[in-house]
Amino acid sequence: MERRVPGSEQMNWLRAALLAALISSCAVISSAEDRAIPLNQLRSGSEFLSPELRALQADAFANPGMLWVERGAKLWSTPAGSAGQSCASCHQDAAKTMRGVAASYPRVDAKSGFLLNVEARINQCRSERQAVAPFRYESDDLLSLTAYVNSFSKDYKINVVIDGNAETYFEAGRTLYYRRSGQMNLSCAQCHEENWGKNLYAERISQGHPNAYPAYRMEWQSMGSLERRLRACLSGVRAEMLPYGAQEYRNLALFLAWRAQGLPMESPGIRR
Amino acid sequence: MTARIQIPAQAKPGEVIEIRVLIQHPMETGYRYDDAGKPIPRNTIRTLNCRYDGIEIFSAELGPGIGANPYLQFTTVARASGDVEFSWVDDEGVAGSERQRLVVA
Ligand code: HEC
Ligand code: HEC
Repeated sequence: MERRVPGSEQMNWLRAALLAALISSCAVISSAEDRAIPLNQLRSGSEFLSPELRALQADAFANPGMLWVERGAKLWSTPAGSAGQSCASCHQDAAKTMRGVAASYPRVDAKSGFLLNVEARINQCRSERQAVAPFRYESDDLLSLTAYVNSFSKDYKINVVIDGNAETYFEAGRTLYYRRSGQMNLSCAQCHEENWGKNLYAERISQGHPNAYPAYRMEWQSMGSLERRLRACLSGVRAEMLPYGAQEYRNLALFLAWRAQGLPMESPGIRR
Repeated sequence: MTARIQIPAQAKPGEVIEIRVLIQHPMETGYRYDDAGKPIPRNTIRTLNCRYDGIEIFSAELGPGIGANPYLQFTTVARASGDVEFSWVDDEGVAGSERQRLVVA
C-alpha cells in the first residue's frame, strides 16, 4: 500500500522507509509518509464547529438528524414490492446486521464490479431484490434509510479497501482530488490539505472528511448526503456541478474515506 | 412528519420533569423563492400544544422566526400517570401528534 501524494520527494520517502524498517513497524510509518495529513493528525470536521453545534451533535435526542434516523427505522420494516418484503425481511435487526457496515463504504460490489456507496447499495436492494423503483437521490426516504444504516456505524473507524478491484476507482478519485478546477482554479487539496484551520468568509476550513454524512447542515435546514456537500464545494469554486449519482463523486468518496482512515464515524453529524 | 418526545419513563409524585420535543417540519418562511423565481408559500407550524393526562400544560404559537425542525423543552410537575401528548397544525392545515406514557409512582 505505497501511496504518495504528488510532489512528495522520492528521497524522503526512501529514507522514511529505511528508518521504518529499522524501527521494525514499517507499514505504519511508511503510510504516514504517504499521506498529506498523517493519520495521527486527522481531525474530524466536528472539531471545527462551535461548542453549541458540537453539543447538538452529541445530544442523541435533540440532534435533528435523528428525525431521519427514526424515519429510516420505520422504512426498514415497511414492505415494498409484490413479494411484500421489507429490508427487515432479509436483514432482520439492523442493530446486529448493519453494525459497522457503513464504515467500510464505498466498496466494490463483487458481482458487478461497481463501486457502491451506502445509498447505491440500498437502491441496489430496492431494484434487484424488492423489484421496485430506486429511491430518488437526496429524497427524504433515501436519506433516512442511509442515516439509519450509518447510525449503526457510529464511532466505528473508517476502514476502506483501496486495492484489488477498488484500485482504479481509488486512483481516479485521487486524481480528481488534486486536480484544479472551476473558475477559481482550485483543487480540493488546496483548501482541505494546505489551508485547513483557516477562515474562508464565514466558514472555517476543515480537513474535509466524509465521516459525518449524511449530516444535518444548518445552512440546508435539512439532512444532506456527502454528494450534496461535494456539490457545495464544487459550486464554491464555480466548477461544473456533476449530476447526483455521478461516478466521480463515488471515486472521490473512496479517496476521502482512505484519507480519513481510522476516523470515527459520526453520522448523523451536525454541520454549519 | 416524524416527531420525537423525550420524557422520563417514570417519575415520583411532585417531581419536576423535563419534557423535550423535536418535530420534522420545513418551517418555510414565505420569504424564499424557488429555482424558477417563484415565491415559495409560507408553511410553518402555527400552533403547538401539549396535554398531560388530558390537561393542557403548554402551548405555543410558532412562525417564520423559528428554524426548520423545531425543538422545544420545558418542565412540568409529575402528578399522576398519564399520556403526555403533543399536537400541532401547520399553515396547510396538516395536523400531527405524538404521545408518550408517563408513569408516576
Ligand atoms: C475554496 C475552498 C474549498 C475547496 C476548493 C473545496 N472545499 Fe470542501 N469545503 C470547503 C468549506 C469552506 C467547507 C465547509 C467547512 C468545512 O468543513 O471545511 C467544506 C467542506 C467539505 C467537506 C465536509 C467536511 C465536514 O466535516 O463536514 C468535504 C468532505 C469536502 N469539503 C470535500 C471537498 C472535496 C472532495 C473537494 C474537491 C472536489 C473540495 N472539498 C473542495 C471549502 C472548499
Ligand atoms: C430479498 C432480500 C433483500 C431485501 C428485501 C433487501 N436486501 Fe439488502 N441485501 C441483500 C443481500 C443478499 C445483500 C448482500 C449483497 C452482496 O453482498 O452481494 C444485501 C446487502 C445490503 C447492504 C450491504 C451490506 C454490507 O454488509 O455491505 C445494505 C446496506 C442493504 N442490503 C440494505 C438494504 C435496505 C436498506 C433494504 C430495504 C430498502 C434492503 N437491503 C432490502 C438482500 C436484501
